[in-house]
Amino acid sequence: MQPTKPLQSTHIKEEVTLAVNDLWISYQARRGTVKAVRGVSFDLRLGETLAFIGESGCGKTTLGLGLIRLLPKTARVERGTIIYSRNNIRASVLDMDNEALRSFRWKECAMIFQGAQNAFNPVLRIRDQVFDTARAHGESNRARVRERMLDLFQLVSLESDRVMNAYPHELSGGMRQRVLLALGLLLDPQLIILDEPTTALDILTQRSVIDVLRNLRNQLDFSLILISHDLSLAAELADRVGTMYAGALVEVADVYDTYYHPYHPYTIGLIRAVPTLSGERRDLISIPGTPPDLIDPPRGCAFNPRCPYATERCRTEQPQLETVGLNHQVACWNWQAVVADHGGRLILAAQE
Amino acid sequence: MAVMMELVNLERSFKVGRALVRAVDGVTLRINEGEVVCLVGESGCGKTTTGKMAVGLLRPTAGEVRFRGQDIWQMNAADFRQYRQAVQIIHQDPYSSLNPTQSVVDIISAPLLRHGFARSRLAARKLAAEFLQRVDMTPPEDYLDKYPHQLSGGQRQRVSVARALTVNPRFIMADEAVSMLDVSIRVGLLKMLGRFREELGMTYLFITHDLAVAKFFAWDGRIAVMYLGRVVEVGPTPRLIRFPQHPYTKALLSAIPEADPVATREKERVQLRSMDVPSLLHIPAGCSFHPRCPLFEPGVCDRQVPQLRDIGNGVEIACHVVAREAGVA
Repeated sequence: MQPTKPLQSTHIKEEVTLAVNDLWISYQARRGTVKAVRGVSFDLRLGETLAFIGESGCGKTTLGLGLIRLLPKTARVERGTIIYSRNNIRASVLDMDNEALRSFRWKECAMIFQGAQNAFNPVLRIRDQVFDTARAHGESNRARVRERMLDLFQLVSLESDRVMNAYPHELSGGMRQRVLLALGLLLDPQLIILDEPTTALDILTQRSVIDVLRNLRNQLDFSLILISHDLSLAAELADRVGTMYAGALVEVADVYDTYYHPYHPYTIGLIRAVPTLSGERRDLISIPGTPPDLIDPPRGCAFNPRCPYATERCRTEQPQLETVGLNHQVACWNWQAVVADHGGRLILAAQE
Repeated sequence: MAVMMELVNLERSFKVGRALVRAVDGVTLRINEGEVVCLVGESGCGKTTTGKMAVGLLRPTAGEVRFRGQDIWQMNAADFRQYRQAVQIIHQDPYSSLNPTQSVVDIISAPLLRHGFARSRLAARKLAAEFLQRVDMTPPEDYLDKYPHQLSGGQRQRVSVARALTVNPRFIMADEAVSMLDVSIRVGLLKMLGRFREELGMTYLFITHDLAVAKFFAWDGRIAVMYLGRVVEVGPTPRLIRFPQHPYTKALLSAIPEADPVATREKERVQLRSMDVPSLLHIPAGCSFHPRCPLFEPGVCDRQVPQLRDIGNGVEIACHVVAREAGVA
């Protein structure tokens, strides 16, 4: 049985919040230049959730940091454009000066880092950390901030008054993560970047954070970029999924297509390697080999040494993302052979 | 089937400042020869502490660890040595469990020389090459003289496995052995460990927080679910995953997101009465799950600690309400 595809979510608007074009980021290491992000392009629409999946070292965190211009000093944006727009006013993120960046960050685009729930100042009450944030970004009316924060705490299912007056250590990991989500939304940004938001949280806590995120998405208008190595998190929350390999986007598709009709051999490999709980035990297949060295990535398609479909062309010419269906792009010379092979369809638990 | 290891009412507490933390509070578990048992639970549930006691790294405060019928802490020196060889460990972090100043051949040779499986360095090197082959690191010559930092995470973990195999163990305790590996590499390692069951008749105590991994690895074995230092449910894997009985197991299974958009979005969720995880310093009286449990019955669940009871089909649970409904209370 084919899963019925839900109608296109109504929360996604036509308007494009973020347009990234041919972005290249590299790090200077002693051994040479690490090409961490290699020619990434994508559009993110208002209200949409785009998840970037991939294994460690595929460049997803670097991409996230690059979008908000928080890269470490050893990194450099080599090339590309990042255009952010809100209410038809467009701004080029890479051309912003310090002043412009200050007002871009948090008011327009908030990022919540991996493990940030452990980065609160332990000697300040949550209340004071909220006011600090607001003041640093030019909002000094405490009553107004307080009111907004109490609303947000309610949205993330926290007891507003208790949390406001608490010290970080009095809150559990999941509660702190929810405080962060609320804090991220304080200045009403239109874009939120979450890097591994549930990693290191326990299962039941993770569930509460996921539910809160979904709830926020339904109630507020913002675009979300989700960076995670966890394929199940993307399956839960994403509208669209971008698969990254060796710094490049190799496939971008609607979440259902990514999991049930992936075209790129690497996406297929990832999904076949992850065990599921529902259904029978299905056999898992590992991807042979290891991810490439990004100082000296393989010529042509970076996946070619591990790819069962690799041909001569893959070893010499790098494929670019091409549109292969509605909302579906793939960067593979042999995607037609791939589709012909497995009928363009993966059998997961839901169809059994 | 012969019983290989038996944990009997195992308890372990730690002093934290002036307080006493009961990390493991009466765990009873039987592992048969050639069986794979997965110990699953959230962080702080005592699964690692239980594993450490099973392999004799940690002395229990109360209770017994029996290996082939003998209490390991009553064994004479020779028996204890034999037990220690028969039982090996694979740690979670292959970055910190291998000595960075030793090459692969040194790492694998050390136990071979120490326990007399090889008489000379040359003989040890030969044997080490065989063990590398066994863990699919071929050709072994490519790896023997490498140092851990020159290997990927997956290769490092294979070296740890090769090292564990040197002394010809019968039982392996793997504590989150694949958790730090990327998904594309994880499966290869799990399959290799599974293969040793057929090839070498290996028995496993496999500790993980990931139930989907447990399902994959222990499909023909059993899963034991721990909560706050106690085993709340044990059963054959397919049954436990499909028909969980204990309310905590049900809650866990319903909460886990899955790499399948339809399955994960349409899953029915068990609602808990509270999201707060109790502190190990103040474990709730009676059944420690009662403040969160949807089946909570006042006067019963908050008074008596439920014991593990066999409810048929090889399933044991520690829950007053479910046991009564199954007619065994």
